[in-house]
Amino acid sequence: MFSFSDFHRAFLAPAALLMGLAVLPAETVAQETPSGGRLVVAADSEPRSLNPAIVASNGVFFIASKVIEPLAEASYDEDGLEPRLATSWEAADDGRSITFKLREGVTWHDGKPFTSADVAFSALQVWKPLQNLGRTVFANLEDVETPDDHTAVFKFSAPTPPQMILKALPAVTSVLPRHVYEGTDIAANPANAQLIGTGPFKFAEHRPGEYYRLVRNDDYWNEGQPKLDEIIYRILPDRAAAASALEADEIQLAAFSQVPLVDLERISQVPGLTVVTKGYEDLTYQLVVEINHRNEILADPKVRQAIAHAIDRKFVVDTIFLGYAQAATGPVPKNATEFYTPDVPAYGFDVAKANALLDEAGYARKEDGTRFSLRLLPAPFFTETRQFGDYLRQALAEVGIDVQVVNNDTPAHLKAVYTDHDFDLAVGSPVFRDDPAISTTILVKSGIPEGVPFSNQGGYADAELDALIDKAASTVNAEERIALYKDFQRLVAEDLPLINVAEWTFTSVARDNILNIANNPRWVVSNWADTAIQP
Amino acid sequence: MNRALKLVGRRAVSSIPVLLIVVVGTFFLLELASGDAVDAYLVSLGGGDAELARSLRESYGLDRSPLHRLWLYTSSLARLDLGWSVAFNRPILDLILERLPNTLWLMGSATAMAFALGTLLGILAGARPGSAADRVLSIGSLALYAVPSFWLGLVLSLIFAVQLRWFPTAGIETIASGKTGLDRALDISRHLVLPVCALGFIYLALFLRMMRAGMAEVWRQDFVLAARAKGLARSRIVLSHVARNALLPLVTMLGLQAATMLGGSVVIESVFAIPGFGRLAHEAVAARDAPLLMGIIVSSAVLVVLVNLLVDLAYAALDPRVGAGEPAS
Repeated sequence: MFSFSDFHRAFLAPAALLMGLAVLPAETVAQETPSGGRLVVAADSEPRSLNPAIVASNGVFFIASKVIEPLAEASYDEDGLEPRLATSWEAADDGRSITFKLREGVTWHDGKPFTSADVAFSALQVWKPLQNLGRTVFANLEDVETPDDHTAVFKFSAPTPPQMILKALPAVTSVLPRHVYEGTDIAANPANAQLIGTGPFKFAEHRPGEYYRLVRNDDYWNEGQPKLDEIIYRILPDRAAAASALEADEIQLAAFSQVPLVDLERISQVPGLTVVTKGYEDLTYQLVVEINHRNEILADPKVRQAIAHAIDRKFVVDTIFLGYAQAATGPVPKNATEFYTPDVPAYGFDVAKANALLDEAGYARKEDGTRFSLRLLPAPFFTETRQFGDYLRQALAEVGIDVQVVNNDTPAHLKAVYTDHDFDLAVGSPVFRDDPAISTTILVKSGIPEGVPFSNQGGYADAELDALIDKAASTVNAEERIALYKDFQRLVAEDLPLINVAEWTFTSVARDNILNIANNPRWVVSNWADTAIQP
Repeated sequence: MNRALKLVGRRAVSSIPVLLIVVVGTFFLLELASGDAVDAYLVSLGGGDAELARSLRESYGLDRSPLHRLWLYTSSLARLDLGWSVAFNRPILDLILERLPNTLWLMGSATAMAFALGTLLGILAGARPGSAADRVLSIGSLALYAVPSFWLGLVLSLIFAVQLRWFPTAGIETIASGKTGLDRALDISRHLVLPVCALGFIYLALFLRMMRAGMAEVWRQDFVLAARAKGLARSRIVLSHVARNALLPLVTMLGLQAATMLGGSVVIESVFAIPGFGRLAHEAVAARDAPLLMGIIVSSAVLVVLVNLLVDLAYAALDPRVGAGEPAS
């Protein structure tokens, strides 16, 4: 019998191979997904520059990723990447070059063709010198060769792990139009506000304090996309107002946990609204206790271990994060599956052991029941970082450590911790950016100048750890590199330059009739070309 | 006319030292706060290296001494140049002109509502001090005054926007509606109903209680007794004699209140997502954007001076004695 699956195998499969696997899902979806409509989403802030090639941050990507595209986007597939402006990539074995084949038939929103010259310009003039992440990721980038209009060869001055570059592609490779930026002051170009890209949506208008409006790009390279006619970002600075606007059906989506955790249960009961926890896997935040090792009490590893044992991670996850988080074991989060290892020293919740360790370290309880005093600076960035600060004060009181909580607003916290080192303990929330080399190893590496936020400013220095970090940064072979990062996790968990407590990411609340949401691990900051509204 | 002009001129000259004190005071207050505009910006970037921070500080002029920066700012202000906002990356004058109408609409309507309704209810309460109507109004207004405005705003929004859907939950007008003229005016007023109520209800109590207390005072005056003896109708006594005399302190209050309201309301502007002065000031502080904050404060101060001038003129109209007291130098 000639069954359907035979037919599929015989005829469709080779066709799919020819078209490139990425095209197939999009084509099949196109048959059923409705088109048209206006999607209104909540936004809580207005970035001062919207240019994602200069400012690689979630707040910018949330809006700009629909207009300006990267070379590749993150994907739930095995290799973790889905082609965008690049269709394929190949890294040389010596880690000195990566060759990107670029998509043909792509035009900029102003009608000019997209070519490898745009990629070379963006890489050399913008990503490497100007971009907050690109300055690290492309530090060794020497040149970008363009043998033809649709090939770009990235050349590195020193062996650079292709694994890191590829992991970073979605965040650091937003391509700018060379013809708009060349010969201008890139940081002050008007196109940083009035974006010009190749993406599925064109930038239409920004009414400061009110909204951003994006409209459909009819000439998008992926035929049949985008599905929506318009996306509106409504500025709603108050979090309760975002929940009200969702209930009143004035907005259809609130992302980045704009609806506070405590409201999620109530709002999930509202007919027509759903709480979505997927689509943020690549935007993992880590709740950490930063330690000032200049304080001689905290320089004693036993004291740090005692603090780690005094924290009830289950309580933190269940009560502070209401279950929307998971306990951490070390500096690499669990959802970074290639790098993560559970095989590290663990610090279970054990008050007796914490007390014993502190006694052993020579800090016996005084008459008033305390051993010593510390100043704790919780980061004001999230409700949860502040709440964890309050919890930590109580948890450490249990083991005889008297903690004074010092609350600052954002700029003051940054200055106190990362420039003035005016703290004993701090609660931080660094981001894990898919590869430990991008923003994780700097949390423990020594020799970082003062004033660098979200880096090791606690004065911790360990030669073995530094050597390991440097070696991993120049190891080209992926397996060897992963093995080095597993050692890195073991060393950090053993010596505790900082204490990893929990890992979490955001939630969205959306109307039921919004289709194709949360279908990649950076969905909220991806291009939304297939997102649609069921009328 | 000549006298009014002179009054304006005198006020303009005397307001210069006031504005200067405001500028210098604000600058040093913000300077005392730890962390600068670059720290605030780096958080929104999610971090950055030392070289990036250094070059940003240089381009923002933060590598210069505070006194140098204050001098630069005041000298450009003297040339009527408000400068550039680093937090918004736009000229400060544009930001202020963009937000000013919203704040004026919101605060003007709320003050007008509070004044009109408060005075009216105050007359009702003060017409017969101690009556049942007086008790109910006094206690009710006190209860309203005790309610925090953000809570009232949220409750109004939950009832009238989320449940009943009579009004929009937030915003100053319908997004990208393309409305113009009267349609747009109606649209904006529909959006303003809830925030104006949330703000106005609270200040209403102030005017109501002041009116009532003023009237209770006036009732004891001899001329009221004379009016009664003349056999005037009670309603006439209440309106033309008692209420009119009690109104004067309310005008003073209105001037003071208007000054407070011109600063905007961070809370109500945030709850109802109205881009006004209060939110702008909050964002300026959070971003440590000193020139922007000073721009907002200076322009509010100028408005306050103007409002006080108007109040003085209104005084003269209400009470002939005030005009006579003005020296004709």
